[in-house]
Amino acid sequence: MSDQNQILEDLSTSDYKYGFVTNIEQEFAPKGLSEDIVRFISTKKEEPEWMLEWRLKAFREWQKMEEPEWANVHFPKIDFQDIIYYAAPKVKKELNSLDEVDPELLKTFEKLGISLEEQKRLSGVAMDIVVDSVSVKTTFQKTLKEKGIIFCSMSDAIKNHPDLVKKYIGTVVPIKDNFFAALNSAVFSDGSFCYIPKGIKCPMELSTYFRINAAGSGQFERTLLVVDEGGYASYLEGCTAPQRDENQLHAAVVELVAMDDAEIKYSTVQNWYPGDKDGKGGVYNFVTKRGMCKGKNSKISWTQVETGSAITWKYPSCILAGDNSIGEFYSVAVTNHFQQADTGTKMIHIGKNTKSRIVSKGISIGKSQNTYRGLVKVHKKAENARNFSQCDSLLMGNRCGAHTFPYIEVDNRSAKVEHEATTSKISEDILFYCQQRGIDSEQAVAMIVNGFCKEVMDNLPMEFAVEARKLLNISLEGSVG
Amino acid sequence: MLKINNLKAGIAGKEILKGLNLEVNAGEVHAIMGPNGTGKSTLGNVLSGKDGYDVSEGSALLEGVELLELSPEERAQLGLFLAFQYPVEIPGVSNANFLKASINEIRKSKGQNPISAPEFLKLLREKMELVEMQKDFISRSVNVGFSGGEKKRNEILQMAMLNPKLAILDETDSGLDIDALRIVANGVNKLRTNDNAFIIITHYQRLLDYIVPDFVHVMYDGRIVKSGDKSLALELEEKGYDWIKEEVEAL
Repeated sequence: MSDQNQILEDLSTSDYKYGFVTNIEQEFAPKGLSEDIVRFISTKKEEPEWMLEWRLKAFREWQKMEEPEWANVHFPKIDFQDIIYYAAPKVKKELNSLDEVDPELLKTFEKLGISLEEQKRLSGVAMDIVVDSVSVKTTFQKTLKEKGIIFCSMSDAIKNHPDLVKKYIGTVVPIKDNFFAALNSAVFSDGSFCYIPKGIKCPMELSTYFRINAAGSGQFERTLLVVDEGGYASYLEGCTAPQRDENQLHAAVVELVAMDDAEIKYSTVQNWYPGDKDGKGGVYNFVTKRGMCKGKNSKISWTQVETGSAITWKYPSCILAGDNSIGEFYSVAVTNHFQQADTGTKMIHIGKNTKSRIVSKGISIGKSQNTYRGLVKVHKKAENARNFSQCDSLLMGNRCGAHTFPYIEVDNRSAKVEHEATTSKISEDILFYCQQRGIDSEQAVAMIVNGFCKEVMDNLPMEFAVEARKLLNISLEGSVG
Repeated sequence: MLKINNLKAGIAGKEILKGLNLEVNAGEVHAIMGPNGTGKSTLGNVLSGKDGYDVSEGSALLEGVELLELSPEERAQLGLFLAFQYPVEIPGVSNANFLKASINEIRKSKGQNPISAPEFLKLLREKMELVEMQKDFISRSVNVGFSGGEKKRNEILQMAMLNPKLAILDETDSGLDIDALRIVANGVNKLRTNDNAFIIITHYQRLLDYIVPDFVHVMYDGRIVKSGDKSLALELEEKGYDWIKEEVEAL
C-alpha cells in the first residue's frame, strides 16, 4: 500500500473524540410534529401568546413548503415525523453558581475541554451554554449588565425583553425564507439573545457552546444578535455532538443586525459528529445564518471552521443595506470519510459604496464531497459596490471531490467584482518531498493544511484559534507515526 | 560513508537496477553519468525511500546503517539528502516554516532541542547569501511561482541548511542557465568538507567543470559499467555513450 493510501486509511480510522453520552435526566416531547407539538413547546417554555402565534404561523407556512433539493448533497429523505422536537434536561430552576449545575453536565463540559471555571477565570469569556435545547447557565451576566448589554438565553429574552425580540426576530431571516428556517421558527427550543446598546463596545468575547445529547432529537436553536449604533460585539460559537448511529437533525437560525457604525464579528467552530468511517450516523446541519448591515458604515464578519457534521448546508450571508457597509466571510470546511458539505455565502449589495470579501478554503479527504456555493448580488442602486472572492480547494487522495458554484448577479455598471479560485492536491510527491526533508507524512499534512487555512485562522479570536487548530489537527490525525 | 552492494530494484514488476555496486567515502564527490533510462534517477529514489519501488536484493549502508529498512524521513534524519530533479510546489507553506520544520524534525531525531528563532534566521540569511536568494524568499510558499533556476537554487539552499552527510543531486544542472549553474556549483563547492560526500547525477560534463568530481561512473542497464576519474567525463562528452554500450554488450 502506498504511503498516501496508508494515511488515508489511518485518517479514516481515527475516532471522533467527542463521542460520549451524558446521563442526565431528560424531558422529551413525543415524536413528530403537529400544531399540538408547537403548542407543547411554547407551553413548556412558558411563552407569551404572541410568540405562540408566531410559531404557529411559521408551522403553517412550513407545511406548505417543500424540502429543498438543489444542494450538492445526497441523503435519504428525512422523516420529519420521526424526530423529537423538544428535549430538555429535567427540572429547570434558577442557578446562581456553578455548584448548582448538574455534576454530570459539568463532566460533559470537562470532556469537551471547556471547563466553565477555566473559562471564567482565564479568558473572560461570557458563555451561554445550550445542551440540547435549554440554556443551562449564563455566565458573566452581571458584568455585562453594568454596561447595559443584554446577553441571555432566547427563552429569557422572550420573557424579559419581549419588545426587543418582537422588533427584530424574523426581520433578517423571515419565517418563509426557506424550509429549514420555517421549521426552526415553529419549533425552536432555545438559543442566545444579545443586545449591545448604542456606543457600547462589548469588552469580552460572547460565547455559546452547543451540544446535541438526546438520541433521536433535533436541535433547533435560534440566535439573535443586535448591535446598536456605534456598538461592537464579537461572538463565538462552538458545536459538538455525541457519537450516535442514527442521524441527528440540526436546523438553527442565526440573525444578526448591525445599526449605523456598528460592527459584529461572528466566529464558529463546528465539530458536530460527522458519522463513522462507513458514513453511518452523524449530524445533518441545515443552518440559516444571515446578517443585516442595516445602518451606514456597519460591518459584519463571519468566520467559520467547519470540520464536523455528516451533511452541512450552510451559507452565512450579509445583506449590505446601509451605505458604506462591509460584509466578510472567511471559511474553512474540512470533509473526510463520507461527509458532504455544501457551504458558502451570499453577499447582497444594496447600499452605496458597499464592500464584501469572501475567502473560502475547502479541504476534501477520503470519499467526501466539498462544495462552495456563493452568490454576489449587486442591486441596481448599489453604486460603487466592490467584491473580492477567493475560493481555494485542497484535495487529498483520488476519491474525494471539490466543487465550486460561484453565482454573480450584477445590476449596476459601477460594480467591481473579482473572483479567484485555485485547486491543489496533497499529492504523493509532495508528501515524499516533505519526508525526504525529515518531516513525517502526518506532520506534513498538518503543515500543508495549516498553511492553506492560515488566512482564515488569522481572523479567529486568539483563544478560539488555538481550539480551531486543535480541531483541524484532530480531523487530520491518525496518520503514519 | 555509503556502501551499496548488489542492489536490485524495480517498479511495477520491471527491474531497473540490476545489481549495482558503489562505495563512497567521506570527503569524496562522485559523478554518475549515463544515457537516459539506465536507472540513474531510480538509484536516488530507491536510496531515499520513494514509494512504489520494490527492492528485491542487495543492501545500502549509510555509515553502517541499512537504509533500505528505514522510512524516508528516518533516512533523511540520518543525514541523507536528495536534491530533486523536479522540486514540488507546496502552496501555503512558507520556505521559512518548511525549513524550520525540517531542521527541528532532524534535531528531534537526535534528541536535540528545537532551533531558536534568532539562530534559525541567522543561519537562513547566511545560506541565502550563498545561493544568492532574494529577501522575499523567506515568506514565499515553497517553490510556488519559482522559476526553474530558483527551484534548483532552493534545493541547494535546503541542503546548506540541513548540512547532510550524503547529498544526492539528481540532474540539478538540467534546465539551468550558465549563471544559475555557477551559483549551484558554487554552493556545493562551499559545502564540501572532509566529513561529507556528494553523488552528482548528470547528463553533461558541463557541471563537472564547476564541481570537480573525484570519481566518474557510467551507468548502463541498471549497473555501473565503467568508473574513472574526471577525464572519463571529458571522454564521454567527446565520444558519447555508444562505445560504452558496445563494450558492455561485447562482454
